[in-house]
This record gives sequence, structure tokens and C-alpha cells, in this order.
Amino acid sequence: MHLLYPLIVSAGLFSIGVYGLLARRNVVLVLMSVELMLAAVSLNLVAFDVWLADVLRSGQVLTLMVIAIAAAEVGLGLAIILQLFRQRATSAIDDLDTLREPR
Amino acid sequence: MDPDRATTSGARPERCGWLSVRTTLSMRTAAEGPADELADAPSYLNVTGSELVFVLIGVITLGAALLCVTSRNVVRAALWLVVTLGGLAGLYLVLTAELVAIVQILIYVGAVVVLLLFGLMVTRAPIGRQPDLNTTNRPVAIVVAVAAFGLLVAALIDAFRFAYLDLHIAGQGSPETIGSALFGSWVLAFEVLSVLLLAALIGAIAVTRRDVGAQGRR
Repeated sequence: MHLLYPLIVSAGLFSIGVYGLLARRNVVLVLMSVELMLAAVSLNLVAFDVWLADVLRSGQVLTLMVIAIAAAEVGLGLAIILQLFRQRATSAIDDLDTLREPR
Repeated sequence: MDPDRATTSGARPERCGWLSVRTTLSMRTAAEGPADELADAPSYLNVTGSELVFVLIGVITLGAALLCVTSRNVVRAALWLVVTLGGLAGLYLVLTAELVAIVQILIYVGAVVVLLLFGLMVTRAPIGRQPDLNTTNRPVAIVVAVAAFGLLVAALIDAFRFAYLDLHIAGQGSPETIGSALFGSWVLAFEVLSVLLLAALIGAIAVTRRDVGAQGRR
């Protein structure tokens, strides 16, 4: 298989994740877009690992670690979202603009 | 550095270690046109079965990802994410990474999406269609995403036109191989990862506890 096939699918997934990250309004949907971008990176890692036929299997092992870190990230992210919702009663990122310059 | 000397006099034989000699070869290929060693890679016109399957699953995955970021219904977006991540597990299987595919289904589809659905429920996201799920900078987002895709694809085609995966090496991604690598060479990273997971767990509990602030004020 040509290496370009997995690489282009991965580039597409990453770009879709970028679009979702910038365009979505709900915090949970933004977190889902981050998951898409992480998944694209994992696909790249596996493709390059198979291409290089690495004896240490660094790409696939790193993919497993990325999956575990993504699980930790989602757990912490949801904890933050939950606390945010308790304090501000909103889950829209547009409303969370206390750090911006006053208009 | 002369790449030819690197390939012939390098102490590492091919397929040993993380920076295999093939990387040097492909760099040269990208810079100076096809090298003799890689000129025998099959043309893009004779499509193999695994490539066909990969493209089919890839189209499903990308379509589901697109529906996930454009759906106007938050729960449906989460369910499209399930399809995307499941399709990705299929892509891993085509790439002979069996263990990664299994773990992908177990962790992502089994745990992460369920967590995300919980997140949607605790923030009381409306179940039906919502008109205002996108921010006002949606056109900018489209431009950025298309530009990123074009740039990535152009760079990838320029660099990896002649790279060819050999999917017929036995046991590349089998649980036995990955397990012995994970608990052999990578055992320190694995242990550090377990500490990180514990820290994330404690952090999540500490962030969401209701009574911490009240105790501090008392």
C-alpha cells in the first residue's frame, strides 16, 4: 500500500478537526473535535510505524499511549466543563470571554 | 551529509531502531527525484485489494467525521464520532495494527464517547436540533481548515510520493509483538503513563468536588 493513502486520510481528519474546533459553539463538541485531531495523529503514527518496520514498534506503542492520554484528557476536560457549567450555567464558548479586552 | 555514505557505512542495518535507513532514502527521493531503490514501488494505477478497502473505509471515516462536526444535533454528533472512531479502527486493521485497533474500540468507542455523552447530559444539552451550534466565525474556520488540508496534502505528496508500505511482514501489530515491546523497551514510559492517569483521575475528582470551596472558606 502506498504511504500516501493513510497520510491523506489523516490530513483530512485533522483538517475536519480544525474546522470543528474553530466553528463549534458547545464546549463538548469542541472536545470532540480535539479527539478527531488526536485520532488523525494516531493514524499517522501507525502508518509510519508500519512503513519503517521498526523493531521497537515505537509508532504503535506511542499510539496506545496517545489513546490513554486522550482518555485522561477527556476525563479532565469533562470535569472542567462540569465545574464551568455549575459556576456559569452555560456551555457555549462565546459566553466565556472574561479574559478578553473590554469592548 | 552525503546520504549515500549514510546508507552504506551506517552501522545500523536496515529495519533496526527508530530512524531506519529508509528515512534517509525517502528524503533523498523527495529532494532529487526517484532513487533506484524506490523506483520499483508499484504505480498508483494498479490498486491492490488492501488499498481499495482502505480507501472505502477512509471515505466512510471522513464522511462520518464531517457529519460529526457539521451536525446540528449534539447527540447525533457524538454518535457520528462513534462511526468515525470505529472506521479508524478498521483502518488500523488494514494497516495490520491489530492490537491498536482493538484498544481503539475498547477505549475510544467504549469509554471516551460514553464520557462525552455524559458530558452532554450534565451540561443539559438540548436533545433536538439546535440552530446556534456554530459560532459566527464559521467562514473563517472553513478557510483555515481547507488551507490546512491543502498545505498538508501538497507537502505529503511532495515528500512521500514513492513511499510504499509492506503489509506482508508477519505479526507486525499482533498483541504479542506490541506487548513485548511495550513491557520491554517502553516499560518506563508505560509506568509514567499510569502515574499520569492516576494524576488525571485525582485531578478530575478534585476539580468537581462541591465541598472543597466551602471547607476553604470556613
